[in-house]
Amino acid sequence: MPLPFEKPIDDLEAKIRDMRAYATEQELDLGSEIEALQGRLDTLKRETYASLTRWQRVQVARAPGRPTGLDYLQHTFDGFTELHGDRTLGDDPAIVTGLARLGDVSVAVIAQQKGRDTKENIYRNFGMSHPSGYRKAMRMFDLADKFRLPVVALIDTPGAYPGLAAEEQGQAWVIAESIRRMSRLTVPAISVVIGEGGSGGALAIGVANRVLILENAIYSVISPESCAAILWRDAGEAEKAAEALRLTARDLVTLGVVDRVIDEPLGAAHNHREAAMELVKVALVEELAQLTPLTPEQLLEARYRRFRSLGRFHVAA
Amino acid sequence: MALERWFRRNRPTKNEDDNSPAGLWLKCESCNAQIYRKDLVANTYICPECGHHYRMPVEARIALLADSGTFEQWSGGIEPEDPLEFNDAQPYAERLQKAQQKQGRPDAIVTGAARMGGQPVALVIMDFFFMAGSMGSVVGEEIARAAERAADEGRALVAITASGGARMQEGALSLMQMAKTTVALEVLAKRRLPYVSVLTDPTTGGVTASFATLGDIIFAEPGALISFAGPRVIQQTIRQDLPDGFQRAEFLLQKGMVDDVVDRRALKERVVEVLKLLTSGLPAHIEGVARAAAV
Repeated sequence: MPLPFEKPIDDLEAKIRDMRAYATEQELDLGSEIEALQGRLDTLKRETYASLTRWQRVQVARAPGRPTGLDYLQHTFDGFTELHGDRTLGDDPAIVTGLARLGDVSVAVIAQQKGRDTKENIYRNFGMSHPSGYRKAMRMFDLADKFRLPVVALIDTPGAYPGLAAEEQGQAWVIAESIRRMSRLTVPAISVVIGEGGSGGALAIGVANRVLILENAIYSVISPESCAAILWRDAGEAEKAAEALRLTARDLVTLGVVDRVIDEPLGAAHNHREAAMELVKVALVEELAQLTPLTPEQLLEARYRRFRSLGRFHVAA
Repeated sequence: MALERWFRRNRPTKNEDDNSPAGLWLKCESCNAQIYRKDLVANTYICPECGHHYRMPVEARIALLADSGTFEQWSGGIEPEDPLEFNDAQPYAERLQKAQQKQGRPDAIVTGAARMGGQPVALVIMDFFFMAGSMGSVVGEEIARAAERAADEGRALVAITASGGARMQEGALSLMQMAKTTVALEVLAKRRLPYVSVLTDPTTGGVTASFATLGDIIFAEPGALISFAGPRVIQQTIRQDLPDGFQRAEFLLQKGMVDDVVDRRALKERVVEVLKLLTSGLPAHIEGVARAAAV
């Protein structure tokens, strides 16, 4: 299913397919016609994706078929071994953790996982963790520090789950603790926003030395829908809220919230999954290579300075 | 219906805001008793009839906690910006200006040095009457500076939280204040200086999910709403009524999330007591405080 703004692209692709089939069937040479259409398609794609509104980027960030955390763990990394459970309360399927190899280094991985279909979405609670998920992440941080494993966190969540049990079990408390625990890591930490970076639930695994974001991913203090419900008193105004929140990858680089944008293949990650996951791998390997020479003290200091300096204000006149 | 009661209780009430030109008398929002406004103020904004804790202006909070004449303000030197040029029903710049005029300060926070029971502390007090105490860049920066200056000067940190959460109008920069305040608290922790956090009505969202709940000791005021997600958001998500008392201080005490629920009239005494206990352990643990006391 194409996204609404992808419809013209989809139509043109269908037309090219039809023409190819027709040419084969009729044994005609339509090479130059097809080539012309292909050229139009490329231009259309380029123009469409270069001029997406913020709200359209939100849709791409949430698009069905976009690679999820587990997809990356299986394709971008080698030998992923999942480790389950928070050792306190249970095992939260909305956060997947484990060990894997990135290039030739063992790393601890933490990935927020949305479902790839309805059934999995229900099982994964649409990628919205309970406190247990953050406790599991903190267990990984401990393991990473002890065995000197760099940490890679893949962010993709609408937010931490706002439910009864989550509140009773201290959702706010574990998010705060996870932020603190991650800031104390003595090993390199890299976070990548692969889809949706939803508020505190995302930041809980986002206190890294380097924070990367995919070209069409978003990272926001609040979802456009919730923001619209509060400030416009109408969740239907999400499009306006998305514009106002400046939540796209490029916006966030400007604000200094993220360090690097990972370009997606033309046509976005949900249409070019393997290529997108490969691009993430290249970026992760590069970033890790730059962080590897740093001492634990330098890593701590750099992470402290990175987050301590965020914000905009001026000295009173 | 339980839900309606929630909404009624959560709605910000006008009468407790000292700046509003309300009458001499008001009807208690909890017990409906007619109370004389002066009595309410004299009683540290607690209903003399039922003990309901009203939201308290920052200045009254300072008077409640700091030893008389010892408060010396740190905050106020920086002012907020409008990095997103955010505009909903009203431009953020205008909202800010109105709040600044109403509250007479640049943003939703006051910090400063004081003594409590003779002990040197840094006070961080959020102003709920300034854009619902929301945390943007200035609030985050002032908290971070206060924590680090406290560490520098060997003071314990005492924070009084009251906030609707992160300030949406500063977008992801607001979100980042959660990390900023947290990393600044580490500087204090390294010096083994105590941090006491007092959660007051209401403390929600990104403030609860960062520095507010990182206190070595966490107290909460009676009846305070303390949550990650607001009751309305949860109700919309799960589509069922919330149990009575859900997300109130007493409920959180029961769930093991706060050290105690403390009546405002006993708050200073309890904070002073716990600071004394935390700083009179074995000598290696009180280095910072001892140095400060010697100055």
